[in-house]
Amino acid sequence: MKFRSTLAVSALALGLAGAASAQQTLVYCSEGSPEGFDPALYTAGTTFDASSHTVYNQLVEFETGTTNVVPGLAESWEVSEDGTQVTFTLREGVQFHSNDMFTPSRDFNADDVIHTFERQGGEGSWEYYNAMSMPDLIESIEKVDDMTVRFNLTRPEAPFIANMAMDFASIVSAEYAQAMEEAGTPEMVNQQPIGTGPFVFEDYQTDAVIRYSKNQDYWKSDEPKVDNLVFAITPDASVRLQRLQAGECHVMPYPNPADVESIRENDDLDLLEQEGLNVGYLAYNTTQEPFDDPQVRKALNMAIDKEAIIDVIFGGQAEQAKNPIPPTMWSYNEEIEDDPYDPEQARQMLEEAGVEDLSMKIWAMPVQRPYNPNARRMAELIQEDFSEVGVDVEIVSYEWGEYLERSSAEDRDGAVLLGWTGDNGDPDNFLAVLLGCDGVGGANRAQWCNEEFDSIVQEAKTVSDQSERADMYEEAQAIFKEQAPWATIAHSVVFMPVRSEVEGYIVHPLGGHLFDTVSINQD
Amino acid sequence: MLKFFLSRLGTFIPTFLGVTLISFAFIRVLPGDPIIVMAGERGLSQERYEALRSQYGFDQPLYVQFWEYFTGVLQGDLGTSFVTNRPVWDEFFSLFPATLELSICAIIIAIALGLPAGVIAAVYRGKFFDRALMSTALIGYSMPIFWWALLLIIVFSGNLGWTPVSGRMGLLYFFDDVTGFMLIDSLLSGQEGAFGSAVHHLILPSIVLATIPLAVIARQTRSAMLEVLSEDYIRTARAKGLSPGRVNGLHALRNAMIPVITVIGLSVGTLLAGAILTETIFSWPGIGKWMVDSIFRRDYPVVQGGLLMIAVMVMFVNLIVDLLYGLINPKIRKR
Repeated sequence: MKFRSTLAVSALALGLAGAASAQQTLVYCSEGSPEGFDPALYTAGTTFDASSHTVYNQLVEFETGTTNVVPGLAESWEVSEDGTQVTFTLREGVQFHSNDMFTPSRDFNADDVIHTFERQGGEGSWEYYNAMSMPDLIESIEKVDDMTVRFNLTRPEAPFIANMAMDFASIVSAEYAQAMEEAGTPEMVNQQPIGTGPFVFEDYQTDAVIRYSKNQDYWKSDEPKVDNLVFAITPDASVRLQRLQAGECHVMPYPNPADVESIRENDDLDLLEQEGLNVGYLAYNTTQEPFDDPQVRKALNMAIDKEAIIDVIFGGQAEQAKNPIPPTMWSYNEEIEDDPYDPEQARQMLEEAGVEDLSMKIWAMPVQRPYNPNARRMAELIQEDFSEVGVDVEIVSYEWGEYLERSSAEDRDGAVLLGWTGDNGDPDNFLAVLLGCDGVGGANRAQWCNEEFDSIVQEAKTVSDQSERADMYEEAQAIFKEQAPWATIAHSVVFMPVRSEVEGYIVHPLGGHLFDTVSINQD
Repeated sequence: MLKFFLSRLGTFIPTFLGVTLISFAFIRVLPGDPIIVMAGERGLSQERYEALRSQYGFDQPLYVQFWEYFTGVLQGDLGTSFVTNRPVWDEFFSLFPATLELSICAIIIAIALGLPAGVIAAVYRGKFFDRALMSTALIGYSMPIFWWALLLIIVFSGNLGWTPVSGRMGLLYFFDDVTGFMLIDSLLSGQEGAFGSAVHHLILPSIVLATIPLAVIARQTRSAMLEVLSEDYIRTARAKGLSPGRVNGLHALRNAMIPVITVIGLSVGTLLAGAILTETIFSWPGIGKWMVDSIFRRDYPVVQGGLLMIAVMVMFVNLIVDLLYGLINPKIRKR
């Protein structure tokens, strides 16, 4: 379990010194400590970077840089005519890693897949599995033969395939779990992970350093490119940048927005960027007067100066949002025209709708999120915009847990600032979760239940042809725009500063950090 | 002396009980349901919510939860982290040596520089030395730790390249923890250059952490010295023809030490508070950063267990300080 290979250690020295060497070590200055190494137990991206993206594989995976689903540990899959059976054909000859306590006696097979999901159906804090409603969806899992697994679903659900690429669906070894159970140390599965992924876990010094070595038997024969991977945990963004500049690490996530310009100008660093899979919005309570009138909502939307918000809150590093899903997602409706910023017309529309002397609350989140780095300030800007059209705004805020709870209540007043970061790259994950009738009183902060919209989104789940689904979602976005339950505000841009000798790093639209394809140019 | 020790120990027990209760109550009075915070924007069903509440024991009445916690503490069991599923006790002791190492270095720097600075300032009262030292101390005391740390990093690590930016050990060295103290473990590892790397990594964080206690110690030493220097017996000593070194060093400093030791004892609390920021900036894997993460994650067992352990440490140091008074000033132990 410890990083005992002297070869690897000396390689690390060489790698950092930049000397020409056959061995390469990539150092990633990560932003925080993983909660553990069993991704199914957690929901934080920091934990996934250190576990599901390095140590594990899933049956299917997201093609790096896109949200397209491609084969992973399953070579292929087939969906039955009625959409309720999904059969995966597994990849032959894939080996699990070994450590001091465990050496696999067989290759990866159907037992591992069944173990991975069945354990999450049992007791325990399997948060993501539950959050994605998997217990309701999966009726049973069948072993057809050693290399074929069939999932019987309770209903047709097209996004199921994308769910199988998510972090909670990382395939763990049934044999390892059993061995640890027998040894009386079941927690080792979470502390000393064994997977099939590109990197083998070596050691974790709490809150300081995580070390991995290359999986020499990885089933993608040309990956990973580097021999060692080190996560140097560095919580402060300014310090991360200093380390990157000093050459103490090669890649860092989440720079301070204020540092972006100086990174761009630094010759030793490259700045990679990509629109994040997120949306920040202001959700009216569409069940309450006067916000139950789409005209009023639209008028208020037209009173918001989004350009100013992007400049002030995001330092220009975001895109104005016109749809509830981000532009990197398939089915994004390009045709939609955003409501123009026009306070004059907004005022007129409010008058026409008979709204006078309106005072309302705007809820500002107490935390920073990629989709909204400063909700308080954003609320102030909107307050000013609304006062231009004669609407008086009171800004309210609560502690985060309270905020989430109170803002879900159906009888909540005013409009709520919130947002969403996608889980699986499927439009259903935004449209159904955030705007479907089932979400009223929960994740649907607008409490908006539009029958036409909901029936399209629900039906799209049952269709397996992606282009057909895309048409349906485009139509749903048109209804959304017309009805305006939210003011769509921004999709933030994700920045990744890397040292210029780093090659092959691709920013992942789903937000994870992956190092399989990365190499270091030592010339 | 034994009676004095026992009487001090007697106050230890009610304080311990109080701290146990406060550490338990503290995290629970913070607003925000830990399960809702954990679920985030996604939310969770009522059914799932209830299941998690009972899994973590939150469905029990508070007094039952407290009793379970308290009886656990008495048996040396601080509970298990909700997040990592590791015993809080294990986590604390795997991280505490890092904080202790940093704090010891910081307090050594603070005493080694603060004491002489205070004495010099008192002896040269009103002169240039005094003014310069005391204004520097005031600046040190009022400096925001965050800003000061970043400034040092940018100058010494970024521009001059003399010290590493952050961390505890160069990434090219790797060895097993024996004592948890990097300075000792690096020597034990026998790896060439490892000890040097450990020292290098300690410099900036210890300076940052030492800054506030240093300023406090210097100012306290100065005022205590000034008071003592105006006493009759000092005048007598001078009149006897003792050298200024003997008067200031032996007669005055020893008597001025009581308030100074109090301040040093109290700085231990400040050090642990300062460690939270310093550790976060310097990516120093100690208990400060661990506590902050746990508060954000609403990891109740870690927050209450960690607070309790820190409080016990501070109480322990204060007990030692009390005993030191007795050694320095026999009058106190007779009271």
